[in-house]
Amino acid sequence: MALDQNGVITREELINFKQIVSDERYKKGPVAVIECIQEIPCNPCEAACAQGAIKIGMPITELPILDEDLCTGCSICIAKCPGLAIFMVDKTYSDTQALISFPYEYTPLPEKDEIVSAVSREGVVMSEAKVIKVMNPKSFDRTPVVTIAVPKEMADDIRSMKRK
Amino acid sequence: MLNREVVIAGAGPAGLAAAIEAAKAGAQVLVVDLNIKPGGQLFKQIHKFFGSSAHRSGIRGMDIGTQMLAEAEKYGVEIWINSAVIGLYSDKIVSIERGLENGEKELVNIQAKKVILATGASENVVRFKGWTLPGIMGAGAAQTMINVNRVKPGKKVVMLGSGNVGLIVSYQLMQAGCDVVALVEAAPKIGGYGVHASKIRRAGVPIYTSHTIIEARGTDRVSEVTIAELDSKWQPIPGTEKVLECDVVTLAAGLKPISDLVRLHDLDLTFNAVFGGWVPKHNRDMESTQSGIYVAGDTTGVEEANTALEEGRLSGVAAAEALGYLTAEQAKELKDDIWERLDGLRMGPFGEKRMFAKNDILADFPACVK
Repeated sequence: MALDQNGVITREELINFKQIVSDERYKKGPVAVIECIQEIPCNPCEAACAQGAIKIGMPITELPILDEDLCTGCSICIAKCPGLAIFMVDKTYSDTQALISFPYEYTPLPEKDEIVSAVSREGVVMSEAKVIKVMNPKSFDRTPVVTIAVPKEMADDIRSMKRK
Repeated sequence: MLNREVVIAGAGPAGLAAAIEAAKAGAQVLVVDLNIKPGGQLFKQIHKFFGSSAHRSGIRGMDIGTQMLAEAEKYGVEIWINSAVIGLYSDKIVSIERGLENGEKELVNIQAKKVILATGASENVVRFKGWTLPGIMGAGAAQTMINVNRVKPGKKVVMLGSGNVGLIVSYQLMQAGCDVVALVEAAPKIGGYGVHASKIRRAGVPIYTSHTIIEARGTDRVSEVTIAELDSKWQPIPGTEKVLECDVVTLAAGLKPISDLVRLHDLDLTFNAVFGGWVPKHNRDMESTQSGIYVAGDTTGVEEANTALEEGRLSGVAAAEALGYLTAEQAKELKDDIWERLDGLRMGPFGEKRMFAKNDILADFPACVK
């Protein structure tokens, strides 16, 4: 199966489109994970990044390329992506847990310290997860970004939480 | 009879953009729309738009609508709501059934110098056994209910069609608090953007490609549908039937250009499958085969709000130029910029077939006109 058959991006697709963050970069802390492999006319992520870590260029159908070294994991691009296709992963959070940040445009919003169900790209519940942070400043324009702590081995698979 | 320099039918993204450009250049503009609010479908689009960050991408459609209305007001654009263009006569006389504040209607004839038709598109339907049961509606209708009227169409929805409308409205139905039981798509692949599909998958919605609805059942309203897998010849495969419980079925089977006014005025049409049906021929100024009558937006071929907006701008600039408010040089600079953006929006695997289709239409413009 592939993205255009069932809506779920595969690891092979991410590798083919060079959208896998390197293990070395993951060791350094939080980093943006962009899962955008179709050439659609869209480039707000490029302007969203103050570090200039995301490049699209011209034409605007080019795919975004992340400069891992410039990315600070600040997570602002998550809320700016109209496709909700950017996440933040921090594999250095603790020995056993990683942080995942994702856009969450449903109500009610989860609250800090709440236990939610973390889900995969298929919407399958993978584990329970504690909400570490909910960011919803005005500049995010009603796209809140939720951060949850998940078992480290699931950091490449968990991408959201079950709708409350 | 009243006089207006530019009369525009339709206050959606194309019509408003045309009005803003023409009025900004100095023209006297009237926009006529039969809805109770201007903005067309923009106010239903609660999601952030794609496109170039230089031109309002990343902004929600409804907020673009608000910005455009403010801009139209700033440039003195006159907007008549609850009003329908019901006739288009020779020498650009436009007949309008104008809605009055007291709810009455009056017939007004206006002598226009330029006319821009931006009447948009309408939803296609899909017929299956039981398709007329209450609870079965267009995806656009469901979107109007939740995002404009704040009314949930029901609790459990089956969406038919995986183009961007089907994917986006599924997401928005969940935002409104409905459950989407499944998205059913007859083609073997998802029609819309993968990122939109991924959003609803993360929310747990299954997408059944190569499937269709065979039958809807229910007494007072729909209570369940039977879906089945399709073979390579689009025929249901016996034994693959599944029953899905639901109280709403939404149909997102594409749109077709609304061309009543275009036909009324006998503009040359051409059939274009990519663009959803019969569309008026036009040149790079969006001028039709009749001088001074322009067309823009989904009327000229179903695309999306960003392209409608840019086409509207083109027609507004061209009309202002023809009226003498812009020099050829000023107009060329504006139009070149717009075409560059339009080309950008029509690139990539999803856009290029629309680029080719648009080029076919432009190439087909009769040389004898203009």
